[in-house]
Amino acid sequence: MSRPSVLFQLSDQSLAYGDHRVLDSISLKIHRGEKVALLGPSGAGKTTLLHLLYRQQPEQVALQPQSGGLVDLLSVYQNIFIGGLDRVGTLPALWNLLRPLAGHRRAIGALVQTLGLEDKLWQSVDRLSGGQRQRVAIGRALYRQQPVFLGDEPVSSIDPLQAELLLEHLLAQHETAVVSLHNRQLALNHFQRIIVMRDGRICCDAPASELSEQCLDAWYQQADASSSADPVSAPDEWALAQS
Amino acid sequence: MISSDPLGAVYASRSSARVLNGVCVLLVGLAVLAIWGADLALYPVDPWQELDRIGQGLLLPRWDEPVVLLQAVGQTVAFALLAVAISVPLGLLLSMFFHRRMVRVLCASVRSVHELFWGLIFMQLYGLSATTGLLAILVPFTGVFAKVFAEMFEQQSRDPLLTLAPRLNSLKRHLYTDVPQAWPALVSYTRYRFECALRSSAILGFIGLPTLGFHLETAFKQGQYAEAGALLWAFLLLIASIRFWVRPRLIPVYLLLAVWLLPETAGFSNGGYFWQFISQDIWPVALREGDLSGALDWYGYMLSEQVWPGLVQTLLLTQIALVLTGVIILLAYPLATQSMAGTFMRWPGRFLLLVLRSTPEMMLAFVFMLLCGPSGLPAVMALALHNGGLIAFLVANASDAEYGSRLSRPDDPKGLLRYAYIETPRRFPAMLAFLFYRWEVILRESAIMGILGIATLGFYIDSAFEEIRYDRAFLLIAVTALLNVLVDSLSRRLRRLAQTEPSRQQEMSCLKME
Repeated sequence: MSRPSVLFQLSDQSLAYGDHRVLDSISLKIHRGEKVALLGPSGAGKTTLLHLLYRQQPEQVALQPQSGGLVDLLSVYQNIFIGGLDRVGTLPALWNLLRPLAGHRRAIGALVQTLGLEDKLWQSVDRLSGGQRQRVAIGRALYRQQPVFLGDEPVSSIDPLQAELLLEHLLAQHETAVVSLHNRQLALNHFQRIIVMRDGRICCDAPASELSEQCLDAWYQQADASSSADPVSAPDEWALAQS
Repeated sequence: MISSDPLGAVYASRSSARVLNGVCVLLVGLAVLAIWGADLALYPVDPWQELDRIGQGLLLPRWDEPVVLLQAVGQTVAFALLAVAISVPLGLLLSMFFHRRMVRVLCASVRSVHELFWGLIFMQLYGLSATTGLLAILVPFTGVFAKVFAEMFEQQSRDPLLTLAPRLNSLKRHLYTDVPQAWPALVSYTRYRFECALRSSAILGFIGLPTLGFHLETAFKQGQYAEAGALLWAFLLLIASIRFWVRPRLIPVYLLLAVWLLPETAGFSNGGYFWQFISQDIWPVALREGDLSGALDWYGYMLSEQVWPGLVQTLLLTQIALVLTGVIILLAYPLATQSMAGTFMRWPGRFLLLVLRSTPEMMLAFVFMLLCGPSGLPAVMALALHNGGLIAFLVANASDAEYGSRLSRPDDPKGLLRYAYIETPRRFPAMLAFLFYRWEVILRESAIMGILGIATLGFYIDSAFEEIRYDRAFLLIAVTALLNVLVDSLSRRLRRLAQTEPSRQQEMSCLKME
């Protein structure tokens, strides 16, 4: 590996929607070549953090947002092709809407085999299941052919076996990756570094080798405990204590 | 997440109903004041006898020359279809650059001039020709398409953009994300606009193009009411059957037919005349010769004798028509609803509203003018009936969409009580929003009614063209356009004040925070 250089850097970054604090003084460095998993309960600020990172290096990032960003009326082929739009001139891009360009057709044909979507290539994506749509979104990210991958739960609705394979493929195809996940086991098995977020703060940032599933679970449970200290839900806790 | 709202108390004291009522009282008050100033005289022309004959003509339409009727229908469709076919791609292209101020100003200014005024302008350049008819529709429509398409693109999810290369050119970006995302909305709006184009095309007959309006005006003026009835029914049938004959696959065939059907006079004017027209003819002589005091005299005369009186009448009629439109909506919409008229009895109501919605204001005004003479009264009636019918139809549809849904309860009141306690309060904000959207249209139309002889701005514009005083016509058209832009921004503000703006879907995309 070449000399590690800093790719993303945040120092004491905060962000709020109105009164709601989404990110609370985050400081973070991510180097070229690192594979980072982002864990934490929903609403912890993972998505916002990924978008902030995206804005630091939009030119070399393939981003896969949680929604996938698919265009419903276009086919699987066109939706993946969109990832490579910058490599095509305007006129060929126009023509491609009517008749797929031969070179891209071959490349995307090979790509959908990896994704297990070869029989859906010409179907519009609004007719696909959640897992299939997610695989199309992965296809687009791969077709961007960028050195950095930022994924917001990129494999959350794919069946476990295929999810693992595709995640591995994504990590192999990108030099650097920051991926938010729900599955702690996937994070431990495939990433070198794990960041756990809670209430807009980074509460754990450690090499994966130093962490175990139990200690990750503990972070989630603590998050639950702290939110039930909220005055609104206090009566529930009281009821639980009574029973 | 459940949270107690500390601002709840503040919101509770701000009643939305009070704001809406305030806006309504203001509008009605202004309309009542306007009645004093407006020319609403009823001329004694014995309307009942005339009405009787028109009624007979409508019930017993007759047309002796089917070829002429077919040709008129064909040319009406041809102008509309070709104009839409050209203005949609142009509008699409402009909508991609709508973030530029230049494009927005250009679109707003072409939009604010009515098709008929464009027709009068192009007539000076290209005579009574196919070019004039096409340009008269496609120029303002391009501006409308650009604005509406841009708004539709704005409402699409921003997520696909995040997955693209960051510096793609506009065309590629739009064609692969916004256009396919908004496709269903684009198609349905274009379909609606085609209906508007048919109305505009028919109306262009009033200034001499060979469409349905031309034959209609002739038939009415000659008292051939059976023929006029046939023309009106043909037009209504044409509009009502759009969804049966407009098929995507058939459109290329129609386009070829349309080109073949256009009047043979292509109407080319040499570039020299065009240049003379915009550099000399439309400016007052005094101004061209650098005679400043003469120019000031000219503008002073125009302002006091034509612009001001025309402006005042246009605004007064618009205000009365706006409020009367509201009254018509409130009276007419229950007739077409399932919950109040009943599953079967709503069909006559829907039919009536569809007829009102499909008949252009100009045609209605023209008929009413034969009955009540040339005052503001026919214009106000026509504007209120057409726009009221159009909005009442939408309101009735909204009511039907809710009928039997989870919002309805078995113990809901029936009949008049239901109207007063359930339906009207629920529909009111949307109804006001539609009304404010139509405000600009009502203003445009009441200005144009002048062509029929009512003393609004259109009357002075029409006379200026007749007297070949292009300088006057240009000034008056510019004032009309400016007035439109002003009313548009005022109506946007009122909508915001009354909080009737349809809520856009909130985007949680982080890129919007900046």
